[in-house]
Amino acid sequence: MRHLLSTEDLSPADLADLLDLTANFAEIQNRDIKKVPALRGKTVVMAFFEDSTRTRTSFDLAARRLSADVVTFSAGSSSVKKGESLRDTVETISAMGVDAIVVRHASSGVPRRLTEWTDAAVINAGDGWHQHPTQALLDCYTIQQRFGSLEGRRIAICGDVNHSRVARSDIDAFTKLGADVVLVGPRTLLPPSLEGWPVKVEADLDSVLGDLDVVYLLRIQQERLGSALLPSLREYRARYGLTRQRLDRLRPDALVMHPGPMNRGVEIDPEAADDERAVVLDQVAAGVPVRMAVLYRVIGTGQFELDPEEEA
Amino acid sequence: MTLTVITGGRLVDATRPAPSLDVLQGAADAMTADPAHTLDVVVDDATAAVVAVGAGLAAAHPDARLLDAGGCLVVPALVDLGAHLGQPGFEQAETIETASRAAALGGYGAVVALPDTDPCTDSAAVVAELRALAKAALCEIVPAGALTHGRDGVVLGPMGELADLGVRLFTDAPRCVQDGGVVRRALEYAAGVAEATGAPLVVAQRCRADDLAGRSVMHEGPWSARLGLPGQPALAEELIVTREIALARLTGGRVHLQQLSTAGSVALVRAAKAEGLRVTADVAPAHLVLTDADCAGFDPNLKLDPPLRTAADVAALRAGLADGTIDAVATGHRPCPRDAKELPFDQAPPGSIGLETALAVLLTLSCDGSATDGAGELPLGAILAALSWQPAAVAGLRDRHGGPIEPGRAANLAVVDPAARWRFEAASSASRATNSCFDGRRLTGRVRHTVVAGEPVVIDGEAQR
Repeated sequence: MRHLLSTEDLSPADLADLLDLTANFAEIQNRDIKKVPALRGKTVVMAFFEDSTRTRTSFDLAARRLSADVVTFSAGSSSVKKGESLRDTVETISAMGVDAIVVRHASSGVPRRLTEWTDAAVINAGDGWHQHPTQALLDCYTIQQRFGSLEGRRIAICGDVNHSRVARSDIDAFTKLGADVVLVGPRTLLPPSLEGWPVKVEADLDSVLGDLDVVYLLRIQQERLGSALLPSLREYRARYGLTRQRLDRLRPDALVMHPGPMNRGVEIDPEAADDERAVVLDQVAAGVPVRMAVLYRVIGTGQFELDPEEEA
Repeated sequence: MTLTVITGGRLVDATRPAPSLDVLQGAADAMTADPAHTLDVVVDDATAAVVAVGAGLAAAHPDARLLDAGGCLVVPALVDLGAHLGQPGFEQAETIETASRAAALGGYGAVVALPDTDPCTDSAAVVAELRALAKAALCEIVPAGALTHGRDGVVLGPMGELADLGVRLFTDAPRCVQDGGVVRRALEYAAGVAEATGAPLVVAQRCRADDLAGRSVMHEGPWSARLGLPGQPALAEELIVTREIALARLTGGRVHLQQLSTAGSVALVRAAKAEGLRVTADVAPAHLVLTDADCAGFDPNLKLDPPLRTAADVAALRAGLADGTIDAVATGHRPCPRDAKELPFDQAPPGSIGLETALAVLLTLSCDGSATDGAGELPLGAILAALSWQPAAVAGLRDRHGGPIEPGRAANLAVVDPAARWRFEAASSASRATNSCFDGRRLTGRVRHTVVAGEPVVIDGEAQR
C-alpha cells in the first residue's frame, strides 16, 4: 500500500488484512512495554491543517509505539493560513526527508493532491466532507470485536451524512465487509445524490431502530442551522436523537457508536452515551492499533516484528 | 504595403460549405487532390483587406510573401465572445499581449475582453486604456462593457457613452446580475440606445442564481456527493436562463446567454428561438468534452465556472451546437496565477485558459470524439460557424470579422491543418497562465497561420511578435 487516501481504494481483502494486523497490534497494547521497533529510523510528519485532538494524538501514539520519529506540524502554530499554496507547504515538509505525512485538512481532496507533490507516503487523517479512512477502520474493528464479523449486520448511520467524511468512509467499508447500511436523517443532511451508493434511506429512525445491530450517530453541528438545513436542534433531537425512550427500544446486544466529540442532548442523550451498549471509548481505543497497522502497511519494511523495543 | 498570398488551401466560410468529416479525416490527400476546391488568397497589410481570391495567384505576385496552405482549411479568423485578459489589474496572471499571442496561435482574429478588470470596464476611460493596451496585441481586442456600474448588479453602466465608443456587448461576467428588475431595465435601456444610434447592442448574462448556487465548487450530483464537495444544481443556471428568456419576450430586447452548461438550458434556448425571441447563446469548449467525473482527482484546473456537468449535459450541448441552438463557442479564457490553482479544490478560483486550444479541442471532438463516446456527431461546418462567423455576428463585428473570404473584405484569416496531431502543454502556452483543463491532452487539428488585418501574425505555428 503506497498511500491511504480513501476507503474506496481498499478491497475487502485489504480491509481484512488491516483489521487482522490491527488485532496483532492491539495485543501489544496489553503488554507492559507497548513499543516495537517496526518503524525505527522512519520519520512521520503529522500535518494537521485543521484542529484535531483525538485523531492527532492517536496517530502520534501509533507512530511512537512503532518507534518512528514524529514531527508535528499544525496550522495553528505555523505560518499556514488559508490562502497559502498547499504545494509550497508540502514541498517544504517533504524536503526535510520524511517517510510519511499524516494529513488532516478542512478541504476535500487535499491528501490526494499532496501525493502529486511529495515522495512520502500520504495517510488521510480526514479531508473535508470526503474521507476519514482510519476512522472507518477503527469502526469496523470495534464492530468486528463485538460481533465477530460485519457480514449481514444491520447498521444505521444517523444524522448529518452529507457533511461527514466519517459517513462516507464508513458506508464504503461497512458494505464492503458485508453489512447492510441504512442512512437515517432529514433529507437536507443527506447527500444530494445517492446514485450508486449501496445503502437504503429511511426518514424515520423509529421504524428501523428495533432491527439494528449498530446505531451510528453523527455529530450535529450548530452551524447547520444557519444554512436552512434544520429548524432547530430541539426538533432534530426529537426526530433523530438517540433519546432514552429510543434507547429502550434498541436491542440489548446492539451497539451505539459515535465518532466523537458527542453533543450530549442533541444527537445522543446522556443516558445513551453512558449506556453499556455505547462503545465510544472502544472506538477510541481501537484507534491506536488501527493506525499502527496503517502506518506499518504504508511505510513498514520487512517482516512484521512483534518483539518489544530493546532500547532503554 | 506588403502582400501575402495564402496558397492552395480549401476555403470555408458562411458561403462555402465545409467538407465532410470523411474528407477532413483524410484531409491532406482528399483536399489537395481536387484543385477545384483549392484557391489562393492575396491579402494586403496596408489596407488590411483581401485583394484577390482565385487559382494560381501566387505566380502573379512574385514579390509577395507565400504562406503554404496545402492540405489546410482557410477560414475567417475566429472570434471569441468572452475572455478574461487580465488587464488592467491582474497582470500577474495575464496581459493583453500574452493573451492575444495565445489567441493568434489559436486562430483568433478578435477577442471580446470581458469587463471584470480592475478598474472594470464601466467608463470611457477604461475603454480607452484597453484600446491603448491593445496596440501591443496580435489580434483585435474588443472591449465589452460592464452591464452595471462597478459590476455591482444595481446601477446601470454607461451604455450610451460606451456604445458611442464602439462597445456592443454588455455583461457583468463572470458575475450574474441577480436582480431581474435591473436586467429588465438594462434590456429596455439598451434597446433605446440601439434605436437612437443604430448600434446593435447585446445584453449578455452568465446565468447563475447565486442563492441556489450557494458556495458550490462543482456540479451537484453523484460525483459531488461522492467527493464531499458542495455542488451547484443545474437549476441555478436554468432559473436565470428562464428569466432572461422571459425578459427578452417582455422587452423585445436582445439577450445573449454566456457559457451555458446544462441540457435544460439548451432546451430552453431551443424553445425560445422557435418562438422567435432575440436570444443567442454560447458554450465553452470544456463543457462539450469534460464532465463532473473529471473532478475526481481534485485538480483545481478542472474547477470551472459554470462547473463541469454530466455526460447527458455534454451530449445536449453538442446537439445544441450541431442544430444551431447554440450560436457560438466562447473560450471563457480565465487565467489564474499558478499559486491560486495550487490551493485545495474548494478554495482555488475557478476557470481555465482556452484561447490556444478551442479550435483544436473541437476539431478533435469532430474527428474522433463522436465516434468514441456516442454523444452525437458535430459537423465541421457547425464547429467553424460557431467559432467564427456566428460569434462575429453576435458581437456586431461582421463588418470586419467572420468573412466571407472575398476581395475587399477585411483580411482576418486562419489557416488550419485539420490532420495535424499535437499535444498541448500548458507550461509552454503563450498565455502567461498555465491553468488549462486540457493540459497534456492529445489534439487533432492545429492552426498553421493566422492573418490579422492583412498581417501574418502566426506563420507555421509560430507567433511573429
